[in-house]
Amino acid sequence: MVETDSAPGVDWPAAIFSQLKAAGVSQISYVPDAGHARLIRMAHGDPSIKTIVLTTEEEGIAIAAGAWLGGEKSAVLLQSSGVGNCINMLSLANSCRFPLLMLVTMRGEWAEFNSWQVPMGQATPSVLEAMGMTVFRLEKPEDADEMISNAATLAFSGEQQIAVLISQRMIGRKKWVSK
Amino acid sequence: MSAGTLDRRAAVKMLLQNRGETLVITGLGSSTYDTFAAGDHDANFYLWGAMGGAALMGLGLALAQPNKPVLVITGDGEQLMGLGGLVTIGVQNPKNLTIAVLDNGHFGETGMQMSHSGLGADLVAIAQSCGIASTFDVRDDAGLQTLREAVRDIASGPRFAAIRITNADHERALAPRDGVYVRNRMRQHLGLPIM
Repeated sequence: MVETDSAPGVDWPAAIFSQLKAAGVSQISYVPDAGHARLIRMAHGDPSIKTIVLTTEEEGIAIAAGAWLGGEKSAVLLQSSGVGNCINMLSLANSCRFPLLMLVTMRGEWAEFNSWQVPMGQATPSVLEAMGMTVFRLEKPEDADEMISNAATLAFSGEQQIAVLISQRMIGRKKWVSK
Repeated sequence: MSAGTLDRRAAVKMLLQNRGETLVITGLGSSTYDTFAAGDHDANFYLWGAMGGAALMGLGLALAQPNKPVLVITGDGEQLMGLGGLVTIGVQNPKNLTIAVLDNGHFGETGMQMSHSGLGADLVAIAQSCGIASTFDVRDDAGLQTLREAVRDIASGPRFAAIRITNADHERALAPRDGVYVRNRMRQHLGLPIM
């Protein structure tokens, strides 16, 4: 029940990781999500990345601001349910024009079994946009390379606050029972 | 806890004497005013919002600048909103980070309501249980001087200090609120490019 049956084909978590590295990201913070499990493992396995487990997603927004202040680039991995936890902290990125790159795995939108995930999942794009963020949708594994490369440039060179929402369809159905 | 005897403004001024290469992040409210009143500096970043974020911003900065001391100066209310961050910091274990909480046991900016610290929570014990082994319970000038020396040591953190201050109020000292300006100023101080 921890892992999901990610769709076969393009290895999009590896594509995301290699684009984050190419963009010079050296800090990756996260609240775990099954959809991000491979990316999190790759981050922990790479000694050149400082990988930071968070207790709540808003911590990652503050860490990213501090990282940029000190000359490093930081990305935040979270699930759509964690977007709500970030709302007021996003004013830090917005007020100070701190670059921000959030990669959000979506719940509550595709083959969702758990109705509790639906309200925050459905509200995620509008909540982020209400806080001044630019929102992209990653719907297809083969678009991961180009999407993350674009988002990272816009965030770190354009000094924008960017969220990439990774479609639940890409992540696959969650297995609720072992058989 | 709390109910200290130190004056917050004098305490912050003493803590920042001979600060050397120390980079400073301040929590919103009185901690920002106290730090600005002690003397503006290119290596100060003043928060005016983002409550609960000061220590975490210090973490990101400390990881990015491991050869410089990073000092977070914040209040008990601000730190209480981000208590989980102490666990995150304990796990990361940045040797160059010090979190100094000006603890008067009250929410000073909003009408002096009692905080959890004033109502019995012990922030020093909480920090220790979060894995921050080096802690300071500062109640006098000698304690402040010990803490000041420790801040400059980038090999033995992370540290957490509760500075027990009175809840005497001071005139607000209005640090710049333009976040882009303050951000760019620190980046230039560190030799980093700005847009």
